[in-house]
Amino acid sequence: MSVIDASRMQEIEARYPEMLHRSFRQRFGALMILIGVILYGFYAVWFFNLPKVIAEAHWERVGIYLSEWISYDVQPEFRISGDKISIKYPRFSPLGDNPHPDWVKTAPDGSMTVSVSGTSRTVTITKTQAILTAHGATIPIDITGDVPKIVGSEPVPNWMTVYDDNILANMGFAGDVSISTDRVKIRKRFIGWANFVFDTHSPFFDKPASEVIGLIVSGPRLEPDQSNLSLAFDNIWNNGAWQHGDVWTKLFQTVVMAFLGTLLGSLVAFPLAFLAARNITPNRLLNQVLKRFFDFLRSVDMLIWALFLTRAFGPGPLAGSGAIFLTETGTLGKLYSEGLENIDNKPREGVKSTGSSAILVHRYGIVPQIVPVIVSQTLYQWESNVRGATIIGAVGAGGIGLKLWEAMRTNANWENVAYMVLLILIVVFLFDAASNALRSRLMGTRVR
Amino acid sequence: MTIADTQLKMQSAPQSARDIGDAWSKMVAKRRLYTGIGLVVLLVAFVSSVRFADENNAGHFFDRLPHLFDFLSWLIPKDWSDVYRALFDLASPNGANGAGGEEFNFPLGRIYVWGDFYIPEYFELMIITINVALVSTIIGFVFAVPLSFFAARNMSPSNPVRLVTKRIMEFLRAFPEIVIAGLFSAILSIGPIAAIIAVGLHTIGALGKLFYEVVENIDMKPDEGMRAVGASWTERARFAALPQVLPNFMSYALLRLEINVRASTIIGAVGGGGIGEELKLSISRGFGAKTLALVLLLFLTIIAVDQFSAWLRRRLVGEHAFLLQH
Repeated sequence: MSVIDASRMQEIEARYPEMLHRSFRQRFGALMILIGVILYGFYAVWFFNLPKVIAEAHWERVGIYLSEWISYDVQPEFRISGDKISIKYPRFSPLGDNPHPDWVKTAPDGSMTVSVSGTSRTVTITKTQAILTAHGATIPIDITGDVPKIVGSEPVPNWMTVYDDNILANMGFAGDVSISTDRVKIRKRFIGWANFVFDTHSPFFDKPASEVIGLIVSGPRLEPDQSNLSLAFDNIWNNGAWQHGDVWTKLFQTVVMAFLGTLLGSLVAFPLAFLAARNITPNRLLNQVLKRFFDFLRSVDMLIWALFLTRAFGPGPLAGSGAIFLTETGTLGKLYSEGLENIDNKPREGVKSTGSSAILVHRYGIVPQIVPVIVSQTLYQWESNVRGATIIGAVGAGGIGLKLWEAMRTNANWENVAYMVLLILIVVFLFDAASNALRSRLMGTRVR
Repeated sequence: MTIADTQLKMQSAPQSARDIGDAWSKMVAKRRLYTGIGLVVLLVAFVSSVRFADENNAGHFFDRLPHLFDFLSWLIPKDWSDVYRALFDLASPNGANGAGGEEFNFPLGRIYVWGDFYIPEYFELMIITINVALVSTIIGFVFAVPLSFFAARNMSPSNPVRLVTKRIMEFLRAFPEIVIAGLFSAILSIGPIAAIIAVGLHTIGALGKLFYEVVENIDMKPDEGMRAVGASWTERARFAALPQVLPNFMSYALLRLEINVRASTIIGAVGGGGIGEELKLSISRGFGAKTLALVLLLFLTIIAVDQFSAWLRRRLVGEHAFLLQH
């Protein structure tokens, strides 16, 4: 690169003064905005008390919840009374009413061994002791006294927590063990969604797929007054743990709510937009009133409409549709009237010059220009509402939102949350693709 | 049948005015048929949707319609100054025994700033909601800017990076906000931080999409100039692309701020704190004046944010009409 001498520099400076002598705002404006944002950031950290929130956060729960999204657990409980060890499963065990898992073994002397994870992490329960084997150590715990006591004087390993009357041993993802006097409770975790197809009350429960298909195709009737196929379908649809029927109906409600709301909104917004467009209706007062009305409908927001309408109609998709309808009338009215204000006036003048009535002028002079815009915007809003309508469901306006919120509230059904989220994502992606395809076809061009 | 198809057909046939006329009327007939079929499908879908929605609702439409007005009359207070009193936490003389229940004597308190000067707690809730919206918009902006350069066809460093970034943004947009809010309120305890994370993640996806479309439409000549002097990717993005797109970016971010004020209200209603939660409680308990006061406050705030961002946008990018997009 050649060096520029002083006279050349002056020449360049004289030629591009706006580049080299810029105002304070031009030179430091971006910097000022940046500093402002950073200062605001500090304020926000203080305002939301971020350090305290972060310090009190339970980050370990992230792992627990995320692992619960894709796993289930079985919790057998062992009770020692006298010289008998009895085993009890919770009422709604994923293993059904008669569980005999092969990971619980009974030795001839009556002691039981539970394999939490292969042979490296096991719990053996004898009449006097629970013997834990995990993380390369074997630790016997005496459970006959008033409180459970670790035998031997070695330090308590860090994967164990000793409380007043119980000892908790963490065995990692595979589960944990809670030991108290005369009682050992084990949680064993499995990857997967248990009983996703048939629940424990179904006659098809726990049968291999080939047997189920065999039964459906040519097996004897399990219920005398119902074919096996319809019985199987009924069992799947009304699965107690997964509630497929309910989930799918609620999901469909969300789609229907978005459809109804957007369609009705567009039907109402269409004529109003003609009145709100200042190039079509030359009445300033009417234009302004309608435009402010659209603003009002939009800014009061879907949530508030949903809350009001659930009070009026009771919870359900009707309230949700109504809320979307009111918001969409505002949004689409604004979009349509802006579209109308941007049309080319020449076709209109052409039709008008033939002496047509106002209706015909609108029909042939305006509508052909505006239809692609309208269809595209409406489809986009529908798609956007399918995405957004899950949330108003949570305040009772129908759809999958409430179900999702309830599943999260219980803090125990994260696998159901995962299932619903997956379904919502699939539906949203399908809608994206379908509405993009339809839009590009109607517009005659590719829409990204 | 498109016009191009018709033209193709006409080329193969002997051309006369009659042929062209026939082809035209055929095309029109076909289009009318398609339109008709489309309308019938739409009508059937509409009617069955209405029935489905009605059947699945707790109360049916026509049964409940008269009660819509009961409900509205519940909303309209007998004494309009109750709305004012609700807003500023003043005791009301209305209600049973003149003392009023919770409905009239508003339990939501005051925050004393200086001596007797106080801010009604509603205002603080509103400030929380606005701050949630602001912080999540800033988070969205900060992450969406670099991501949009990775996702734009003309600026992306490589094709796999572009596709992965686009998918990530689609995922962030489509993932239900309420689940993220729920998950984080389990981790961070219920409060506005969970709402910020939920709305912020969604904003990254939404702004990212708008941004990369802007980046794809830039003039590539400055970029060629930068390439010619051997600029790195970062330098190209910084000096060739960013100055062109920044006004549009700012404009979209301000638009998003308006949307986020509403979004943070909604998230608030499902446990994210702020004014949404109070509004939900107030409506479900049936406090008419209080509800009106909250709606009024919310409405005024949203209008103020709208006006402010419209003013700022006009100053930044001039008189551009930008469409509202989610």
